[in-house]
Amino acid sequence: MKLVKALLPIALAAFTATAGLAETMKMSVTTSFANSGLAEVLLPEIEKDTGITVELLVVGTGQALELGANGDVDTVLVHSRAAEEKWLAEGNGTHRREIMYNDFIVVGPAADPAGAHSAATAADAFAAIATAQAPFVSRGDDSGTHKAELKLWKAAGVEPTGDWYKAVGQGMGAALNTAAGLDAYIFSDRATWLSFENKAGLELLFEGDPALFNQYAYLPVSPTKYPHVKAAAAEQLEAWLTSDKAKELINGYQIAGQQLFNFNATSE
Amino acid sequence: MNDILLGLAEAARRVVTLDPDLVEITRLSMAVTLSATAIASLIGLPLGAWIAVHRFRARRLVIAILNALMGLPPVVVGLFVYVLFSRSGPLGVLGLLFTPTAMVIAQVIIITPIVASIAHQAVRDLWADYHDLLISLHASRWQRIGALLWDGRRALMTASLAGFGRAIGEVGAIMIVGGNIDHSTRVLTTAIALETGKGNFDLALALGFVLIALAVLVNLAIHYGTRTERSSRW
Repeated sequence: MKLVKALLPIALAAFTATAGLAETMKMSVTTSFANSGLAEVLLPEIEKDTGITVELLVVGTGQALELGANGDVDTVLVHSRAAEEKWLAEGNGTHRREIMYNDFIVVGPAADPAGAHSAATAADAFAAIATAQAPFVSRGDDSGTHKAELKLWKAAGVEPTGDWYKAVGQGMGAALNTAAGLDAYIFSDRATWLSFENKAGLELLFEGDPALFNQYAYLPVSPTKYPHVKAAAAEQLEAWLTSDKAKELINGYQIAGQQLFNFNATSE
Repeated sequence: MNDILLGLAEAARRVVTLDPDLVEITRLSMAVTLSATAIASLIGLPLGAWIAVHRFRARRLVIAILNALMGLPPVVVGLFVYVLFSRSGPLGVLGLLFTPTAMVIAQVIIITPIVASIAHQAVRDLWADYHDLLISLHASRWQRIGALLWDGRRALMTASLAGFGRAIGEVGAIMIVGGNIDHSTRVLTTAIALETGKGNFDLALALGFVLIALAVLVNLAIHYGTRTERSSRW
Protein backbone atom coordinates (compact mmCIF):
# COMPACT_ATOMS: atom_id res chain seq x y z
CA MET A 1 0.00 0.00 0.00
CA LYS A 2 2.81 2.37 0.89
CA LEU A 3 4.29 1.93 -2.53
CA VAL A 4 0.96 2.41 -4.23
CA LYS A 5 0.58 5.69 -2.40
CA ALA A 6 4.09 6.70 -3.35
CA LEU A 7 3.39 5.97 -7.01
CA LEU A 8 0.05 7.73 -7.15
CA PRO A 9 1.43 11.25 -7.76
CA ILE A 10 3.51 9.87 -10.61
CA ALA A 11 0.42 8.25 -12.05
CA LEU A 12 -1.52 11.50 -11.83
CA ALA A 13 1.34 13.41 -13.41
CA ALA A 14 1.24 11.02 -16.35
CA PHE A 15 -2.42 11.92 -16.90
CA THR A 16 -1.87 15.64 -17.06
CA ALA A 17 1.03 15.06 -19.42
CA THR A 18 -1.24 13.31 -21.91
CA ALA A 19 -3.72 16.20 -21.98
CA GLY A 20 -1.95 18.54 -24.39
CA LEU A 21 -3.16 21.92 -25.59
CA ALA A 22 -2.78 21.48 -29.36
CA GLU A 23 -5.99 21.27 -31.39
CA THR A 24 -7.17 17.69 -31.46
CA MET A 25 -10.24 16.14 -32.97
CA LYS A 26 -11.65 12.65 -32.95
CA MET A 27 -12.55 10.62 -36.01
CA SER A 28 -14.04 7.14 -35.91
CA VAL A 29 -12.76 5.05 -38.80
CA THR A 30 -13.16 1.50 -40.01
CA THR A 31 -10.56 -1.09 -39.16
CA SER A 32 -9.61 -1.42 -42.83
CA PHE A 33 -8.47 2.22 -42.95
CA ALA A 34 -6.24 1.89 -39.89
CA ASN A 35 -5.07 -1.73 -40.27
CA SER A 36 -3.92 -1.09 -43.84
CA GLY A 37 -1.33 1.35 -42.54
CA LEU A 38 -2.63 4.30 -44.57
CA ALA A 39 -3.56 6.18 -41.40
CA GLU A 40 0.06 6.18 -40.27
CA VAL A 41 1.02 7.86 -43.54
CA LEU A 42 -1.73 10.46 -43.59
CA LEU A 43 -2.01 11.54 -39.94
CA PRO A 44 1.50 12.99 -39.52
CA GLU A 45 1.05 14.96 -42.78
CA ILE A 46 -2.34 16.26 -41.63
CA GLU A 47 -0.77 17.41 -38.39
CA LYS A 48 2.08 19.10 -40.25
CA ASP A 49 -0.17 20.93 -42.72
CA THR A 50 -3.16 21.87 -40.59
CA GLY A 51 -1.88 21.69 -37.01
CA ILE A 52 -4.73 19.31 -36.18
CA THR A 53 -3.99 16.13 -34.29
CA VAL A 54 -6.52 13.57 -35.45
CA GLU A 55 -7.25 10.92 -32.83
CA LEU A 56 -8.55 7.72 -34.40
CA LEU A 57 -11.14 5.40 -32.93
CA VAL A 58 -10.72 2.24 -34.91
CA VAL A 59 -13.97 0.26 -34.94
CA GLY A 60 -16.36 -1.37 -37.41
CA THR A 61 -18.60 0.81 -39.59
CA GLY A 62 -21.63 0.10 -37.39
CA GLN A 63 -19.91 1.25 -34.22
CA ALA A 64 -18.17 4.13 -36.02
CA LEU A 65 -21.52 5.57 -37.08
CA GLU A 66 -22.96 4.92 -33.61
CA LEU A 67 -20.14 6.93 -31.98
CA GLY A 68 -20.97 9.77 -34.39
CA ALA A 69 -24.69 9.52 -33.66
CA ASN A 70 -23.91 9.84 -29.94
CA GLY A 71 -21.71 12.88 -30.49
CA ASP A 72 -18.61 11.13 -29.19
CA VAL A 73 -16.51 11.86 -32.27
CA ASP A 74 -16.26 14.93 -34.52
CA THR A 75 -16.33 13.11 -37.81
CA VAL A 76 -16.65 9.64 -39.32
CA LEU A 77 -14.83 7.91 -42.19
CA VAL A 78 -16.57 4.69 -43.24
CA HIS A 79 -17.61 2.59 -46.21
CA SER A 80 -21.23 1.51 -46.33
CA ARG A 81 -23.36 3.79 -48.43
CA ALA A 82 -26.81 2.57 -47.34
CA ALA A 83 -25.93 2.86 -43.63
CA GLU A 84 -24.32 6.28 -44.20
CA GLU A 85 -27.40 7.64 -45.93
CA LYS A 86 -29.68 6.34 -43.20
CA TRP A 87 -27.37 7.93 -40.62
CA LEU A 88 -27.54 11.28 -42.46
CA ALA A 89 -31.32 11.07 -42.79
CA GLU A 90 -31.53 10.74 -39.01
CA GLY A 91 -29.88 14.15 -38.69
CA ASN A 92 -26.56 12.90 -37.31
CA GLY A 93 -24.28 14.56 -39.84
CA THR A 94 -23.96 17.51 -42.17
CA HIS A 95 -23.13 15.80 -45.44
CA ARG A 96 -21.36 12.89 -47.14
CA ARG A 97 -18.16 13.43 -49.14
CA GLU A 98 -16.57 10.60 -51.09
CA ILE A 99 -12.82 10.40 -50.57
CA MET A 100 -11.41 7.22 -52.06
CA TYR A 101 -12.15 3.61 -52.81
CA ASN A 102 -10.50 0.27 -52.63
CA ASP A 103 -11.99 -3.08 -53.47
CA PHE A 104 -13.07 -6.26 -51.79
CA ILE A 105 -11.61 -9.63 -52.64
CA VAL A 106 -12.42 -13.27 -51.97
CA VAL A 107 -9.67 -15.08 -50.11
CA GLY A 108 -9.58 -18.79 -49.49
CA PRO A 109 -7.48 -21.95 -49.13
CA ALA A 110 -4.84 -22.32 -51.84
CA ALA A 111 -6.38 -25.68 -52.91
CA ASP A 112 -9.69 -23.85 -53.62
CA PRO A 113 -12.08 -26.81 -53.09
CA ALA A 114 -15.10 -24.72 -54.16
CA GLY A 115 -13.49 -23.50 -57.37
CA ALA A 116 -14.06 -19.82 -56.56
CA HIS A 117 -11.06 -18.85 -58.64
CA SER A 118 -12.71 -19.77 -61.94
CA ALA A 119 -16.05 -18.05 -61.17
CA ALA A 120 -17.21 -15.39 -63.64
CA THR A 121 -18.61 -12.96 -61.07
CA ALA A 122 -18.32 -12.41 -57.33
CA ALA A 123 -21.86 -13.73 -56.87
CA ASP A 124 -20.92 -16.89 -58.77
CA ALA A 125 -17.89 -17.36 -56.54
CA PHE A 126 -20.12 -17.06 -53.47
CA ALA A 127 -22.62 -19.53 -54.95
CA ALA A 128 -19.79 -22.00 -55.61
CA ILE A 129 -18.62 -21.75 -51.98
CA ALA A 130 -22.17 -22.34 -50.72
CA THR A 131 -22.67 -25.31 -53.05
CA ALA A 132 -19.42 -26.89 -51.90
CA GLN A 133 -20.37 -26.17 -48.27
CA ALA A 134 -16.76 -25.03 -47.89
CA PRO A 135 -16.02 -23.30 -44.56
CA PHE A 136 -16.57 -19.54 -44.85
CA VAL A 137 -15.71 -17.01 -42.13
CA SER A 138 -17.98 -13.98 -41.98
CA ARG A 139 -17.24 -10.76 -40.07
CA GLY A 140 -20.77 -10.87 -38.68
CA ASP A 141 -20.26 -7.51 -36.93
CA ASP A 142 -22.46 -5.13 -38.91
CA SER A 143 -19.35 -3.55 -40.44
CA GLY A 144 -19.17 -2.15 -43.97
CA THR A 145 -17.39 -5.29 -45.13
CA HIS A 146 -20.01 -7.49 -43.50
CA LYS A 147 -22.80 -5.54 -45.19
CA ALA A 148 -21.08 -5.84 -48.57
CA GLU A 149 -20.70 -9.58 -48.00
CA LEU A 150 -24.41 -9.99 -47.18
CA LYS A 151 -25.30 -8.11 -50.35
CA LEU A 152 -23.29 -10.62 -52.38
CA TRP A 153 -24.99 -13.62 -50.74
CA LYS A 154 -28.27 -12.04 -51.74
CA ALA A 155 -27.03 -11.55 -55.32
CA ALA A 156 -25.95 -15.19 -55.34
CA GLY A 157 -29.42 -16.25 -54.17
CA VAL A 158 -28.01 -18.04 -51.14
CA GLU A 159 -29.16 -17.83 -47.53
CA PRO A 160 -25.83 -18.32 -45.72
CA THR A 161 -26.61 -20.69 -42.86
CA GLY A 162 -25.20 -23.98 -41.70
CA ASP A 163 -22.05 -25.36 -40.15
CA TRP A 164 -19.87 -24.14 -42.99
CA TYR A 165 -20.82 -20.49 -42.40
CA LYS A 166 -19.02 -19.08 -39.36
CA ALA A 167 -19.94 -15.54 -38.26
CA VAL A 168 -17.20 -14.50 -35.83
CA GLY A 169 -18.43 -10.99 -34.95
CA GLN A 170 -14.96 -9.48 -34.99
CA GLY A 171 -12.77 -7.04 -36.90
CA MET A 172 -11.19 -7.80 -40.27
CA GLY A 173 -7.85 -8.84 -38.80
CA ALA A 174 -9.34 -11.15 -36.18
CA ALA A 175 -11.64 -12.67 -38.82
CA LEU A 176 -8.65 -13.25 -41.13
CA ASN A 177 -6.83 -14.94 -38.25
CA THR A 178 -9.82 -17.25 -37.81
CA ALA A 179 -9.98 -18.01 -41.53
CA ALA A 180 -6.24 -18.77 -41.56
CA GLY A 181 -6.72 -21.16 -38.65
CA LEU A 182 -9.68 -22.94 -40.29
CA ASP A 183 -8.32 -22.81 -43.85
CA ALA A 184 -11.63 -21.18 -44.73
CA TYR A 185 -12.91 -18.76 -47.37
CA ILE A 186 -13.35 -15.15 -46.33
CA PHE A 187 -14.48 -11.87 -47.85
CA SER A 188 -11.94 -9.14 -47.14
CA ASP A 189 -10.98 -5.68 -48.24
CA ARG A 190 -7.81 -5.68 -50.30
CA ALA A 191 -5.93 -3.24 -48.06
CA THR A 192 -6.21 -5.29 -44.88
CA TRP A 193 -5.41 -8.50 -46.79
CA LEU A 194 -2.22 -7.10 -48.34
CA SER A 195 -0.89 -5.78 -45.05
CA PHE A 196 -2.03 -8.84 -43.07
CA GLU A 197 0.94 -10.81 -41.81
CA ASN A 198 -0.55 -14.18 -40.90
CA LYS A 199 -1.74 -15.40 -44.32
CA ALA A 200 -0.87 -19.07 -43.55
CA GLY A 201 -2.40 -21.27 -46.30
CA LEU A 202 -4.73 -18.57 -47.67
CA GLU A 203 -4.57 -17.00 -51.11
CA LEU A 204 -6.37 -14.31 -53.05
CA LEU A 205 -8.84 -16.28 -55.21
CA PHE A 206 -11.24 -13.81 -56.75
CA GLU A 207 -11.00 -10.11 -57.61
CA GLY A 208 -11.92 -7.47 -60.15
CA ASP A 209 -15.74 -7.65 -60.31
CA PRO A 210 -17.24 -4.09 -60.23
CA ALA A 211 -19.63 -5.41 -57.56
CA LEU A 212 -16.60 -5.48 -55.24
CA PHE A 213 -16.07 -1.72 -55.37
CA ASN A 214 -15.69 -0.24 -51.85
CA GLN A 215 -16.25 3.50 -51.47
CA TYR A 216 -15.00 5.39 -48.41
CA ALA A 217 -16.86 8.53 -47.42
CA TYR A 218 -16.21 11.31 -44.93
CA LEU A 219 -19.16 12.38 -42.77
CA PRO A 220 -18.82 15.27 -40.28
CA VAL A 221 -21.06 15.02 -37.22
CA SER A 222 -23.81 17.64 -37.15
CA PRO A 223 -22.91 20.71 -35.00
CA THR A 224 -26.64 21.48 -34.87
CA LYS A 225 -27.28 18.23 -33.00
CA TYR A 226 -24.08 18.44 -30.94
CA PRO A 227 -22.80 22.03 -30.49
CA HIS A 228 -19.57 20.79 -28.89
CA VAL A 229 -18.25 19.06 -32.04
CA LYS A 230 -15.23 20.67 -33.65
CA ALA A 231 -16.94 21.60 -36.90
CA ALA A 232 -14.21 24.01 -38.06
CA ALA A 233 -11.52 21.38 -37.61
CA ALA A 234 -13.71 18.79 -39.35
CA GLU A 235 -14.05 21.21 -42.29
CA GLN A 236 -10.31 21.77 -42.41
CA LEU A 237 -9.70 18.03 -42.35
CA GLU A 238 -12.18 17.52 -45.18
CA ALA A 239 -10.39 20.15 -47.25
CA TRP A 240 -7.09 18.37 -46.63
CA LEU A 241 -8.49 14.90 -47.40
CA THR A 242 -9.80 16.12 -50.76
CA SER A 243 -6.64 18.07 -51.64
CA ASP A 244 -4.02 17.25 -54.28
CA LYS A 245 -1.59 16.36 -51.54
CA ALA A 246 -3.98 13.75 -50.12
CA LYS A 247 -4.50 12.44 -53.65
CA GLU A 248 -0.78 11.97 -54.11
CA LEU A 249 -0.33 10.24 -50.74
CA ILE A 250 -3.38 7.99 -51.04
CA ASN A 251 -2.67 6.91 -54.62
CA GLY A 252 1.01 6.50 -53.84
CA TYR A 253 0.49 4.26 -50.81
CA GLN A 254 1.67 0.77 -51.69
CA ILE A 255 2.21 -2.52 -49.95
CA ALA A 256 4.24 -5.20 -51.74
CA GLY A 257 4.21 -3.07 -54.88
CA GLN A 258 0.41 -2.88 -55.02
CA GLN A 259 -1.65 0.28 -54.82
CA LEU A 260 -4.27 -0.11 -52.07
CA PHE A 261 -6.54 2.90 -52.39
CA ASN A 262 -7.75 5.05 -55.29
CA PHE A 263 -8.43 8.69 -54.53
CA ASN A 264 -11.72 9.80 -56.12
CA ALA A 265 -12.85 12.93 -54.28
CA THR A 266 -14.22 15.59 -56.57
CA SER A 267 -13.75 19.28 -55.88
CA GLU A 268 -16.97 20.94 -54.86
CA MET B 1 6.69 -21.89 -31.28
CA ASN B 2 8.58 -19.70 -33.70
CA ASP B 3 6.22 -16.79 -32.95
CA ILE B 4 6.96 -17.12 -29.24
CA LEU B 5 10.72 -16.94 -29.79
CA LEU B 6 10.30 -14.01 -32.17
CA GLY B 7 8.07 -12.37 -29.58
CA LEU B 8 10.67 -12.79 -26.85
CA ALA B 9 13.40 -11.38 -29.10
CA GLU B 10 11.18 -8.47 -30.11
CA ALA B 11 10.30 -7.76 -26.48
CA ALA B 12 13.97 -7.79 -25.49
CA ARG B 13 14.90 -5.51 -28.38
CA ARG B 14 12.21 -2.95 -27.52
CA VAL B 15 12.98 -2.97 -23.82
CA VAL B 16 16.72 -2.61 -24.36
CA THR B 17 16.35 0.23 -26.86
CA LEU B 18 13.64 1.87 -24.71
CA ASP B 19 11.33 2.02 -27.72
CA PRO B 20 9.41 5.33 -27.25
CA ASP B 21 6.02 3.83 -28.21
CA LEU B 22 6.53 0.98 -25.77
CA VAL B 23 7.54 3.36 -22.99
CA GLU B 24 4.49 5.53 -23.65
CA ILE B 25 1.90 2.74 -23.57
CA THR B 26 3.60 1.02 -20.64
CA ARG B 27 3.56 4.25 -18.66
CA LEU B 28 -0.14 4.75 -19.36
CA SER B 29 -0.90 1.13 -18.46
CA MET B 30 0.83 1.64 -15.13
CA ALA B 31 -0.75 5.04 -14.50
CA VAL B 32 -4.28 3.82 -15.20
CA THR B 33 -3.98 0.53 -13.32
CA LEU B 34 -2.15 1.91 -10.27
CA SER B 35 -4.69 4.73 -9.95
CA ALA B 36 -7.58 2.28 -10.30
CA THR B 37 -5.97 -0.07 -7.74
CA ALA B 38 -5.38 2.77 -5.28
CA ILE B 39 -8.96 4.04 -5.57
CA ALA B 40 -10.45 0.53 -5.47
CA SER B 41 -8.35 -0.20 -2.35
CA LEU B 42 -9.49 2.99 -0.65
CA ILE B 43 -13.10 1.93 -1.24
CA GLY B 44 -12.81 -1.85 -1.13
CA LEU B 45 -10.60 -2.47 1.91
CA PRO B 46 -12.67 -0.48 4.44
CA LEU B 47 -15.85 -1.78 2.83
CA GLY B 48 -14.70 -5.38 3.20
CA ALA B 49 -13.65 -4.77 6.82
CA TRP B 50 -16.89 -3.00 7.63
CA ILE B 51 -18.95 -5.89 6.30
CA ALA B 52 -16.83 -8.32 8.34
CA VAL B 53 -17.27 -6.41 11.59
CA HIS B 54 -20.74 -4.96 11.27
CA ARG B 55 -23.84 -7.14 11.66
CA PHE B 56 -26.81 -5.95 9.69
CA ARG B 57 -29.88 -7.48 8.13
CA ALA B 58 -28.83 -7.49 4.45
CA ARG B 59 -25.27 -8.62 5.21
CA ARG B 60 -25.58 -11.99 3.49
CA LEU B 61 -27.13 -10.38 0.46
CA VAL B 62 -24.38 -7.75 0.25
CA ILE B 63 -21.68 -10.43 0.49
CA ALA B 64 -23.41 -12.54 -2.15
CA ILE B 65 -23.66 -9.54 -4.47
CA LEU B 66 -20.00 -8.61 -3.92
CA ASN B 67 -18.89 -12.13 -4.72
CA ALA B 68 -21.09 -12.26 -7.78
CA LEU B 69 -19.77 -8.90 -9.01
CA MET B 70 -16.26 -10.38 -9.05
CA GLY B 71 -17.34 -12.16 -12.22
CA LEU B 72 -18.64 -9.01 -13.91
CA PRO B 73 -17.79 -9.18 -17.64
CA PRO B 74 -15.52 -6.21 -18.41
CA VAL B 75 -17.30 -5.56 -21.70
CA VAL B 76 -20.53 -4.94 -19.81
CA VAL B 77 -18.76 -2.53 -17.45
CA GLY B 78 -17.18 -0.81 -20.45
CA LEU B 79 -20.52 -0.43 -22.17
CA PHE B 80 -22.11 0.85 -18.96
CA VAL B 81 -19.39 3.49 -18.48
CA TYR B 82 -19.58 4.38 -22.19
CA VAL B 83 -23.33 4.98 -22.05
CA LEU B 84 -22.86 7.03 -18.89
CA PHE B 85 -20.12 9.28 -20.30
CA SER B 86 -21.20 9.40 -23.94
CA ARG B 87 -22.06 12.90 -25.14
CA SER B 88 -25.65 11.76 -25.41
CA GLY B 89 -25.51 10.17 -21.94
CA PRO B 90 -26.23 11.66 -18.51
CA LEU B 91 -22.60 12.60 -17.72
CA GLY B 92 -21.63 13.48 -21.29
CA VAL B 93 -21.01 17.16 -20.49
CA LEU B 94 -17.94 16.16 -18.48
CA GLY B 95 -16.22 15.15 -21.72
CA LEU B 96 -14.49 12.23 -20.02
CA LEU B 97 -15.08 9.59 -22.69
CA PHE B 98 -11.93 8.38 -24.45
CA THR B 99 -9.69 9.72 -21.66
CA PRO B 100 -7.52 7.82 -19.15
CA THR B 101 -9.92 9.01 -16.43
CA ALA B 102 -12.78 7.04 -17.99
CA MET B 103 -10.49 4.01 -18.15
CA VAL B 104 -9.71 4.36 -14.44
CA ILE B 105 -13.43 4.61 -13.62
CA ALA B 106 -14.19 1.42 -15.57
CA GLN B 107 -11.36 -0.45 -13.87
CA VAL B 108 -12.41 0.74 -10.42
CA ILE B 109 -15.88 -0.70 -11.06
CA ILE B 110 -14.35 -3.98 -12.19
CA ILE B 111 -11.87 -4.50 -9.35
CA THR B 112 -13.52 -2.94 -6.28
CA PRO B 113 -15.72 -6.05 -5.74
CA ILE B 114 -12.60 -8.24 -5.89
CA VAL B 115 -10.67 -6.10 -3.42
CA ALA B 116 -13.67 -5.84 -1.07
CA SER B 117 -14.46 -9.54 -1.27
CA ILE B 118 -10.93 -10.72 -0.50
CA ALA B 119 -10.56 -8.06 2.21
CA HIS B 120 -13.80 -9.25 3.76
CA GLN B 121 -12.56 -12.86 3.94
CA ALA B 122 -9.24 -11.82 5.48
CA VAL B 123 -10.71 -9.45 8.04
CA ARG B 124 -13.43 -11.91 9.01
CA ASP B 125 -10.83 -14.50 9.99
CA LEU B 126 -8.84 -11.92 11.93
CA TRP B 127 -11.98 -10.59 13.61
CA ALA B 128 -12.68 -14.06 14.99
CA ASP B 129 -9.31 -13.87 16.81
CA TYR B 130 -9.56 -10.22 17.86
CA HIS B 131 -13.22 -10.06 18.77
CA ASP B 132 -12.96 -10.54 22.56
CA LEU B 133 -9.89 -8.34 22.91
CA LEU B 134 -11.30 -5.38 20.98
CA ILE B 135 -14.69 -5.62 22.67
CA SER B 136 -13.07 -5.69 26.12
CA LEU B 137 -11.03 -2.60 25.22
CA HIS B 138 -14.30 -0.80 24.37
CA ALA B 139 -12.95 0.03 20.92
CA SER B 140 -15.42 1.96 18.77
CA ARG B 141 -16.51 0.41 15.51
CA TRP B 142 -14.13 2.50 13.43
CA GLN B 143 -11.27 1.85 15.87
CA ARG B 144 -11.95 -1.86 15.50
CA ILE B 145 -11.93 -1.58 11.71
CA GLY B 146 -8.75 0.47 11.88
CA ALA B 147 -6.99 -2.09 14.09
CA LEU B 148 -8.11 -4.98 11.91
CA LEU B 149 -7.05 -3.25 8.69
CA TRP B 150 -3.62 -2.50 10.16
CA ASP B 151 -2.98 -5.95 11.61
CA GLY B 152 -4.35 -7.65 8.54
CA ARG B 153 -2.35 -5.48 6.17
CA ARG B 154 -0.45 -8.32 4.54
CA ALA B 155 -3.61 -10.21 3.65
CA LEU B 156 -5.14 -6.94 2.50
CA MET B 157 -2.17 -6.33 0.28
CA THR B 158 -3.07 -9.58 -1.45
CA ALA B 159 -6.55 -8.17 -1.99
CA SER B 160 -5.10 -5.05 -3.62
CA LEU B 161 -2.66 -7.06 -5.70
CA ALA B 162 -5.48 -9.32 -6.91
CA GLY B 163 -7.26 -6.17 -8.03
CA PHE B 164 -4.10 -4.90 -9.71
CA GLY B 165 -3.68 -8.22 -11.49
CA ARG B 166 -7.17 -8.15 -12.93
CA ALA B 167 -6.89 -4.48 -13.95
CA ILE B 168 -3.49 -4.61 -15.66
CA GLY B 169 -4.59 -7.44 -17.94
CA GLU B 170 -8.04 -6.08 -18.67
CA VAL B 171 -8.90 -5.19 -22.26
CA GLY B 172 -12.66 -5.37 -22.91
CA ALA B 173 -13.75 -2.36 -20.87
CA ILE B 174 -10.88 0.01 -21.57
CA MET B 175 -11.11 -0.73 -25.28
CA ILE B 176 -14.65 0.67 -25.26
CA VAL B 177 -14.24 3.64 -22.91
CA GLY B 178 -10.65 4.49 -23.85
CA GLY B 179 -10.96 3.84 -27.57
CA ASN B 180 -7.34 2.64 -27.99
CA ILE B 181 -6.35 6.06 -29.39
CA ASP B 182 -2.70 6.22 -30.37
CA HIS B 183 -0.64 8.54 -28.12
CA SER B 184 -3.67 9.18 -25.94
CA THR B 185 -5.44 6.13 -24.53
CA ARG B 186 -3.50 3.18 -25.94
CA VAL B 187 -2.26 0.81 -23.25
CA LEU B 188 -0.47 -2.53 -23.37
CA THR B 189 -3.58 -4.71 -23.53
CA THR B 190 -5.36 -2.70 -26.23
CA ALA B 191 -2.14 -2.55 -28.24
CA ILE B 192 -1.92 -6.34 -28.01
CA ALA B 193 -5.48 -6.66 -29.32
CA LEU B 194 -4.63 -4.27 -32.16
CA GLU B 195 -1.45 -6.07 -33.22
CA THR B 196 -3.22 -9.43 -33.06
CA GLY B 197 -5.84 -7.99 -35.41
CA LYS B 198 -3.09 -7.02 -37.81
CA GLY B 199 -1.70 -10.55 -37.71
CA ASN B 200 1.47 -9.16 -36.09
CA PHE B 201 1.77 -12.04 -33.67
CA ASP B 202 5.40 -11.51 -32.72
CA LEU B 203 4.84 -7.88 -31.71
CA ALA B 204 1.61 -8.81 -29.89
CA LEU B 205 3.47 -11.50 -27.95
CA ALA B 206 6.33 -9.11 -27.25
CA LEU B 207 3.89 -6.68 -25.64
CA GLY B 208 2.41 -9.61 -23.72
CA PHE B 209 5.81 -10.49 -22.30
CA VAL B 210 6.35 -6.87 -21.26
CA LEU B 211 2.95 -6.96 -19.55
CA ILE B 212 3.82 -10.11 -17.60
CA ALA B 213 7.22 -8.74 -16.61
CA LEU B 214 5.59 -5.52 -15.44
CA ALA B 215 3.07 -7.38 -13.27
CA VAL B 216 5.85 -9.46 -11.70
CA LEU B 217 7.95 -6.35 -11.06
CA VAL B 218 5.10 -4.50 -9.36
CA ASN B 219 4.35 -7.50 -7.14
CA LEU B 220 8.01 -7.89 -6.24
CA ALA B 221 8.39 -4.18 -5.56
CA ILE B 222 5.41 -4.16 -3.23
CA HIS B 223 6.53 -7.27 -1.37
CA TYR B 224 9.98 -5.78 -1.03
CA GLY B 225 8.66 -2.35 -0.09
CA THR B 226 6.43 -3.74 2.64
CA ARG B 227 9.02 -6.30 3.77
CA THR B 228 6.81 -9.37 3.52
CA GLU B 229 7.81 -12.90 2.60
CA ARG B 230 11.17 -12.65 4.34
CA SER B 231 12.46 -15.83 5.87
CA SER B 232 12.88 -14.35 9.34
CA ARG B 233 9.35 -13.05 9.62
CA TRP B 234 5.85 -14.30 8.91
